Amino acid sequence: MGRAVTSATGRFRPGDRVKVKFEDRPGHLRTPWYIRGKSGWIEKVYGDFLNPESLAFGKDGLPKKTLYLVAFNQADVWEKSAVPKDKLLVDIYDHWLEPLA
Amino acid sequence: MARGHHDIGGLPGAGSIDVTEHQLADWEILADAVNQALGARGVKRTDEMRRAREEMDSSAYRDMTYYERWIASIETILIEKNILTKAEIDKKLAEFESKWGEP
Repeated sequence: MGRAVTSATGRFRPGDRVKVKFEDRPGHLRTPWYIRGKSGWIEKVYGDFLNPESLAFGKDGLPKKTLYLVAFNQADVWEKSAVPKDKLLVDIYDHWLEPLA
Repeated sequence: MARGHHDIGGLPGAGSIDVTEHQLADWEILADAVNQALGARGVKRTDEMRRAREEMDSSAYRDMTYYERWIASIETILIEKNILTKAEIDKKLAEFESKWGEP
């Protein structure tokens, strides 16, 4: 991140409900384990960025992937939540998300 | 696949994050400087360094401090990209140790 953002080609807009895919495969995965399979909503669209899953192996990072700030209710993430009304905010790439009705 | 040694957020035993202020040792500042210089020269990317740390032997990873892991990943990437060999690094290390003693 840190580079100028000019466009976003991803599927989601702020407010869209999303579910994080529960994927596990070899490689450099930027989506933390604890958030996989959880449901939240798009808080912000950052823009398109080179894909770190490709950059991590010395490749070109193309095609770019849209990165979002995704919000979750703490109570939906942890079995026990200290402050249920708190939100958890995580940066997640488009290909890790699926739409929720 | 097993959950990676770097990805332990929320696991029982992961502990809380230490947010106290602490002084960096000189070698830690140097590790950061080398890392930044290699990035500025386009030798490596942050994602490559992270991947190298994720692929480390798990017990070695857990035994190392934060900047020890950085140094280990710098070494991995420099060898992977044929910029230095393991033999060259070990030779230099032996020179330093004979000059300044073992760390």
